[in-house]
Amino acid sequence: MGDYVVVSVLGADRVGIVAGIASVLAKHNANIVDISQTVVKDIFSMVMIVDVSKADVDIAALRRELEEEGRRLGVMVAVHHIDVFRYMQRI
Amino acid sequence: MRFDPSEIGEVLEMVLFRELDIRAVTLSVNTVPAARPSAAELADALEEVLLPYLKRLRPAVEKVASRLGVRIVTVRLAVSPMSILLEPSGKAEAALEAARRLEELAVKYGVDMVGGFSGFIHAGVSRGDRALIEALPDVLNSTTRLAGFLNVASTYTGVNLDAVRASADVVLSLKPHAAARFAVAANAPEDVPFMPLAYHGLGLPDAVVNIAVSGPGVIEAVVRNMPDADVRTLHDAVKRAAFKITRLGELVGREVAKELGVEFGAVDLSVAPSPKVGDSVAAILEAMGLTRVGSPGTVFALALFVDAVKKGGAMATSTVGGLSGAFIPVSEDAVMSKAAAEGHITFDLLKAMAAVCNTGIDMVGIPAEAPRDAVAALIADVMALAVHLDKTLGVRLIPVPGAKPGDVYDLGGLYGQVAVIGLPHSGEVALVQRRGVAPPGIERLKKG
Repeated sequence: MGDYVVVSVLGADRVGIVAGIASVLAKHNANIVDISQTVVKDIFSMVMIVDVSKADVDIAALRRELEEEGRRLGVMVAVHHIDVFRYMQRI
Repeated sequence: MRFDPSEIGEVLEMVLFRELDIRAVTLSVNTVPAARPSAAELADALEEVLLPYLKRLRPAVEKVASRLGVRIVTVRLAVSPMSILLEPSGKAEAALEAARRLEELAVKYGVDMVGGFSGFIHAGVSRGDRALIEALPDVLNSTTRLAGFLNVASTYTGVNLDAVRASADVVLSLKPHAAARFAVAANAPEDVPFMPLAYHGLGLPDAVVNIAVSGPGVIEAVVRNMPDADVRTLHDAVKRAAFKITRLGELVGREVAKELGVEFGAVDLSVAPSPKVGDSVAAILEAMGLTRVGSPGTVFALALFVDAVKKGGAMATSTVGGLSGAFIPVSEDAVMSKAAAEGHITFDLLKAMAAVCNTGIDMVGIPAEAPRDAVAALIADVMALAVHLDKTLGVRLIPVPGAKPGDVYDLGGLYGQVAVIGLPHSGEVALVQRRGVAPPGIERLKKG
């Protein structure tokens, strides 16, 4: 049974955003199970569903590293547990 | 489970940009086993009862907040009514000693507030109540994290005018920062996560977790996007947003309770405002189409809002508790506070609003030199509304030394800017000098 988080990324489009975020996830054995990405008027937006059940760090540590990578890339990164979406969007 | 990108986007907008957060996780603990006849023994016994919970409370809350990615603004503790713990000693010194210890423990273990310096005196005053009432001014003036209330009226027993006068005396003896942590209440529920009404109710198990949600900014954004909607469509949209807000409270409550190994108590679905821009309940009413909060139409808008919040919230959690209406602490709501400072909010308006929500008269400044009877009469009005409408209401007044109507006193933090409203009467009020308990209304007889 997976343990899923939603990784959302928002910011000015540039080369390497997907690669940068994905490499942090890969480094910690967090598996991307779904990804959607758009660029509207140079604003990059990406939402990933990530299975962290086999990750070698907890969500808090993963969030810290992803946020750090976000700062390097000049984009905003947020990490929320999928339960937040499950509770708020499903009855 | 798959989500549409728009569903994910909606939640992210609420959490990241509309100030949706959990106002408070309040751990409610039965401290009656700590009742002792001596002051020192009482303080030690309180520590002994609370310590196993305190050690785990903040780490558990932080763990859940971090795992979910949700902001939890305050961590609070509610204890059994202190008046009960004072029954064996009957001494005010015991309350002070307990207060000092609880304040120390709160600081040490990262608890933002402790509620429960409370007494139920709606039908009369007992030995422990007397000790509490005597101690309350010193307890609250000499601490920063403790909170309490006096329940002076109930649907079952009516309005105790003696208690109303006693509570008015307490109010006028408090410094502004202390008055923000004291309310005069009617029908105080057993599971409130909000201060100063939080206490551990007599019907509860040894420990439960109660949750207070926030998120007026979410609802304001929804309302602002619907300038042409008819009122039913608007009501429906508010209801849907309230559902989502309350669900977040339900999730956090379950997770924290699991983490602490205690029962999950209740979610208070009241959408609490804060002084931050974009976190105002009054702004929702204005977004509905009021030219200004306080102007005619305010009660109608508030009733529409409260009803939608209750119906959406009721679907979101099966454990609704606390106040679960809407309350607008005037100073803690930036739009309300500004309107009050500019003279648009009167005590009469607040009383009218109390008829359709749980506000009562909350976080309003009065001149500290105001006559006791005028304060008591104001409290009596709100208590009468609570008893005859069968609801929970409170009065939380901030006495500001030397203040005039329109003055603003900055309490800072979540308390915000306290606007002073003038009391219309001065001198003695013969009515509130009468002794005794006004009988309950016919609502009482409906209960059998």
